[in-house]
Amino acid sequence: MQATRMISGRAIPWGAKNIDTDIIIPAKWLKTVSRDGLGRGAFESVRAVPGNIFDVPANQGAPILLAGDNFGCGSSREHAAWAMLDMGLQAVIAPSFSDIFSGNAFKNGVLAVTLDEVHIARLMAVAADGAIITIDLENQVVTSDRQDRFAFAIDPFRKMCLMQGLDEIALTLAADDAISVHEARQAEDAPWLVPAQG
Amino acid sequence: MSKARTLYEKIWDAHVVARRDDGTCLIFIDRHLVHEVTSPQAFAGLAANGRQVRRPDLTLAVPDHNLPTTPRVDAAGKPIPIADAESAAQLATLEANVRSFGVPYIGAHDVRQGIVHVVGPEQGFTLPGTTLVCGDSHTAAHGALGALAFGIGTSEVEHVLATQTLWLAPSKTMAVVVEGALAPGVTAKDVILHIIGQIGTAGGTGHVIEFMGSTIRNMGMEERLTISNMAIEGGARAGLIAPDATSFAYLQGRPMAPKGAAWDAAVRHWQSLPSDADAVFDKCVPINAADIAPSVTWGTSPEDVVPITGHVPAPESFADPAKQDAARASLAYMGLNPGTAMQDIAIENIFIGSCTNSRIEDLRAAAAILRGRRKAENVRWAIVVPGSGLVKAQAEAEGLDRIFTDAGFEWREPGCSACLGMNPDKVPAGERCASTSNRNFVGRQGPGSRTHLLSPAMAAAAAVRGRLTDVREYL
Repeated sequence: MQATRMISGRAIPWGAKNIDTDIIIPAKWLKTVSRDGLGRGAFESVRAVPGNIFDVPANQGAPILLAGDNFGCGSSREHAAWAMLDMGLQAVIAPSFSDIFSGNAFKNGVLAVTLDEVHIARLMAVAADGAIITIDLENQVVTSDRQDRFAFAIDPFRKMCLMQGLDEIALTLAADDAISVHEARQAEDAPWLVPAQG
Repeated sequence: MSKARTLYEKIWDAHVVARRDDGTCLIFIDRHLVHEVTSPQAFAGLAANGRQVRRPDLTLAVPDHNLPTTPRVDAAGKPIPIADAESAAQLATLEANVRSFGVPYIGAHDVRQGIVHVVGPEQGFTLPGTTLVCGDSHTAAHGALGALAFGIGTSEVEHVLATQTLWLAPSKTMAVVVEGALAPGVTAKDVILHIIGQIGTAGGTGHVIEFMGSTIRNMGMEERLTISNMAIEGGARAGLIAPDATSFAYLQGRPMAPKGAAWDAAVRHWQSLPSDADAVFDKCVPINAADIAPSVTWGTSPEDVVPITGHVPAPESFADPAKQDAARASLAYMGLNPGTAMQDIAIENIFIGSCTNSRIEDLRAAAAILRGRRKAENVRWAIVVPGSGLVKAQAEAEGLDRIFTDAGFEWREPGCSACLGMNPDKVPAGERCASTSNRNFVGRQGPGSRTHLLSPAMAAAAAVRGRLTDVREYL
C-alpha cells in the first residue's frame, strides 16, 4: 500500500446517495486480470451523459469526490477502488459507506472519510464554487480554503497503515505463531473442520 | 453463569486468533471460496511476494461469473473454447493459479461446477459454525447454514490466501424476526424483498442480520439460502440462520461434510450454536408473515419493493427529499410513470437463475407454473440457468428441462449468467427483465437494462402473460 498523509485539491460536488459499485465500475470491465486501466470504465453510465459532473473542465483531475449516504453499496468488487484511483480520485467524503467498500478503499490507500451531512452540504457548496479542499489524515480534519474545518474519526490501525503505507499481510504474518496455535487447537477440538475429500 | 451470546458472537469468539487494543480481532477463516473474477490480482500479489497459499485444504476454487452458459462441449464431446479473449484469459489464469498454488478446483467441465454459493452448500463445503469468505458479496448466502459468511475484496482474498485470517472489527447484531404462516404464492424471495423494502439498503450496514422466527424455522434449506443471500441488499455483510435439524438433514452425506464419528461430534457442536434465549441484539425488526404478498421491484434499488397488486409509486409519496430525487431518476431510467399498475408492465426478457434462485426447488416452483403453458409472444428471450451441474442433472431427471423448453425457455449451462451483465447473457438497453436475481441496479444486467426482481414462480407467471403477473392467479 502507498503511504497517504494529505490529499488536497478540487472536490467533485456530486452528493448522490446509494451509489453502488455497479455504477462505479460496471461488470463488463471485470474481465481483467490486472488492477490497471480501469479508469476508462469508472462511472461509465454517468459519464456517458455529455456535460456530466465528472467531465466538466472544472472537475477533471479532482482528487476528491463528495457523495451521499451508503456510498459503495452492492458488489464486493475491489475494482471500484482501483477504477477510482485510475481516474485520479484519491478520497471520497460521504455521510456513510458500505462496509465492504470502505475496507477495499482503505486497502488501496483511498480515503473514505465520514462527515455529517450538514458539513458535506457546506463542502458541496464551496466545492461548486471552486474551493480547494484538503484532507489531513494525521490531524483528522477536512479543511477548505474558505475557512472550513471539520474533524473526522478513523480507526487508529487503519490510520497507521495508511500513513506508513504498511503491507498488512506482512504485519499479520508477524502473528504467525498465534495462527499456528489456533490451527493446532482446532485440529484437536474439531478435526471435522477439514473438508472431507469428496 | 456466562453471558448470553448470539449465534454471531459464539462463532466470532471461537475464531479469535489475536485481539488488538481497539477491539479489532484477527479472525481465523475456516472456508475460502475462490472464483475467476476477483482472484487473479490476489494470486499475482502472492507470486510477487514469494508467498504460498497457507491452507489449500480449506480453499475451493470454482469458475462462475464470467463463464458463458452456452454449451461447453460439441457433439463429439470436445470442449468449445470461450469466444471472448479476455474471458478465456481470465479463466485460464484461474486454472494456472490453482495448479501452481495447489488449490482444489472444480472446473468448467466438472458436473459439480456451478455458482460458488450454490456449490459450497451442495458439496457440504459450507458448515455451521464456520467462518467462510469469498470475493463476492453474495457470500452472505452461506449464513443460511449457520456459517459466518461474508464477501471480501481482492486484497482480503490475498490476505486470506496468505494467512487464512482477516482483521475484522466486531459487527453489531440485528435480529429480523419473521413470525407466522406465509400465504399461498408467497415464497422466500418475497419474504426477503419485503424485509429489504422495510429496512432499506443501508438498514443493516455495520450489522450481521440473524433471521429468526417461526417463518424462517419452517423453511427448508434452499428457501433459507435465498433469504440469507440477500442480507447484503439490506446492507448487512452477513446473514445468519440458526442451525437445526433441517440444516443437519441437508448436510448429512454431502461429499465434503464430516462422516461417521466426526459427523456426530460436529452435530453436537452445532447444536450449541443457536443464540441463547436471553441474548441481546443491537437492533430488532419484527415482521409479520401475513403482511407479505408476492412482491416485485419497480426501481433501481432493491428496497424499491411493492406487492404485485400495487402501483408504481409517485416520487412525492416519499418523505425524504433525497429519496424523492432517487425515485424520479429511477422512474426515468425504468421508463415508468407513477400510478401504473405493476401488473400492466410488459416484459421482454425472463431470467430464472443466480445464486439467489437457481436451486432445484426454485426450478420446480417455476416449472409448476409453466407446465403445459408457453411464454407470451412479446417475451423475446427467456432463459433458465441452473445453479450447478448437479442441479441441472437433477432437473433433467425430473423432466423439468422439457417443461421449460416446451414453454419457450432456453435451458443453459450453470453460471452467474444474466445476474450481472458480465458474460454474454445480457438484457438489451431499454428492455425489461423479470429476474430472479438479487440486484436491479442501473446497468446491472447490461447497459440500459431494466430489471424487476421477483420469485421464480412470479418470473414464470410473467413469462406466460408477457407482463408482471400475480402468480396467485395460476395456483
